[in-house]
Amino acid sequence: MLARRNPQLNAHGELIHLLSIEGLPRAVVTQILDTASTFLSVNDREVKKVPLLRGKSVFNLFFENSTRTRTTFEIAAKRLSADVINLDIAKSSASKGESLLDTIANLSAMHADMFVVRHSESGAPYLIARHCAPHVHVVNAGDGRHAHPTQGLLDMYTIRHYKRDFTQLSVAVVGDIVHSRVARSDIHGLSILGVPDIRAVGPKTLVPGDLREMGVRVCHDMAEGIRGADVIIMLRLQNERMSGALLPSAGEFFKSYGLTPEKLALAKPDAIVMHPGPINRGVEIDSAVADGRQSVILPQVTFGIAVRMAVMSTIAGNQA
Amino acid sequence: MLQLDAEGLYAELRAGVRGLLQADAVLVGIWSGGAWLAERLHADLQRPGRPGVISSTLHRDDFGSRGLAGGADPTHLPFEIQGRHIVLIDDVLYTGRTIRAVINELYDFGRPASVKLAVLVDRGGRELPIEAAFAAARIVLPSTQKLSLARDEAGRLSFTVEELA
Repeated sequence: MLARRNPQLNAHGELIHLLSIEGLPRAVVTQILDTASTFLSVNDREVKKVPLLRGKSVFNLFFENSTRTRTTFEIAAKRLSADVINLDIAKSSASKGESLLDTIANLSAMHADMFVVRHSESGAPYLIARHCAPHVHVVNAGDGRHAHPTQGLLDMYTIRHYKRDFTQLSVAVVGDIVHSRVARSDIHGLSILGVPDIRAVGPKTLVPGDLREMGVRVCHDMAEGIRGADVIIMLRLQNERMSGALLPSAGEFFKSYGLTPEKLALAKPDAIVMHPGPINRGVEIDSAVADGRQSVILPQVTFGIAVRMAVMSTIAGNQA
Repeated sequence: MLQLDAEGLYAELRAGVRGLLQADAVLVGIWSGGAWLAERLHADLQRPGRPGVISSTLHRDDFGSRGLAGGADPTHLPFEIQGRHIVLIDDVLYTGRTIRAVINELYDFGRPASVKLAVLVDRGGRELPIEAAFAAARIVLPSTQKLSLARDEAGRLSFTVEELA
């Protein structure tokens, strides 16, 4: 019997939706990164727009708020000449009791060509991809604790930009890993691209032990976790985690796992510091590091637009 | 089977392009065959600076059916386009669709003073009102054949004709 096909790929192995980095062939990931570098140079043109999605409608469906991610998708779609419709679903239909699939059916009747979906429930973008018309493409812009594939891809782009070769790298992902869809997407991306040393660093309550099965080294000691690293990916500590029993306090967390210049000195001298934003200064990262010469946090934002352009134009050009 | 001497045609292209080039004109080669030719012409004709490379990918009219097959090729124009005389170089001129896309791409960087086209081979079959100012050879090939330029490690050019399935 044939193995069940990855729902993101068509029969030719081409990407038609982006739902998760997990299970993507390395060639698909590499092609997105290569395409993104072409789009990065579109910013240098007199006309900062290309016509690939001209006449297409991209619907941003944010069932969970995220101004920044929504804005970067909007800019990316507009640079590809798409018409962009932003729906603040959290405040509209869903609150009137409409089901997710009814919302999608209605928007499809408005001739949507692409849905960019952010949802608090893991798997919501899969459900939409399974039920939408064959010509419609879906991009996961973050679902629950599951995946945030465009953030993962832009992180891979950033690492490749500064480090070139993945196969010699030590990468530490630090902080609240258990709740982080960014961490999960990054770890899948790093594995696919052949990073030999991936470390997950954080307190026992915030780092799942089963990461070891994915070939990840789990470290509960910050010094051990970042020593000799080429890349340090700091995660945002979500304030809401503080209320539970998972953490004593933000101050305690900073003392043990916050990235300070002293701790950063344990990594390689040319190590880069990344963060998906928004950053909490003095909680997971010291201002001196966030604004320091090793920080690539703002370039990540710039690369993010090019990577999202690459994702949208790649899937829009492939048929189901 | 048709035999085309790519190196011989290159010598004619070089003479033709020399005639087209005004003093302040720049060479822009169309990715990938045209870029090889532009690079060689640039050196042989002792032009200053670097030649440009331009790709049709972002303006192709078959994106809807072909997508970004093989990724997006790079456009690299190491000079101002605004007010510049441009000589576009390509290996094979066929339907004219690549040239249409490339002219759009060029305009994303500014408004050139003029754009001319020189090619190694014009194989007929135009689907748009586009003509080359110079073609080293003009032939007629049936649409079932694909003509492509290759470059070996020593930089020597050759043409291959392939029957399309």
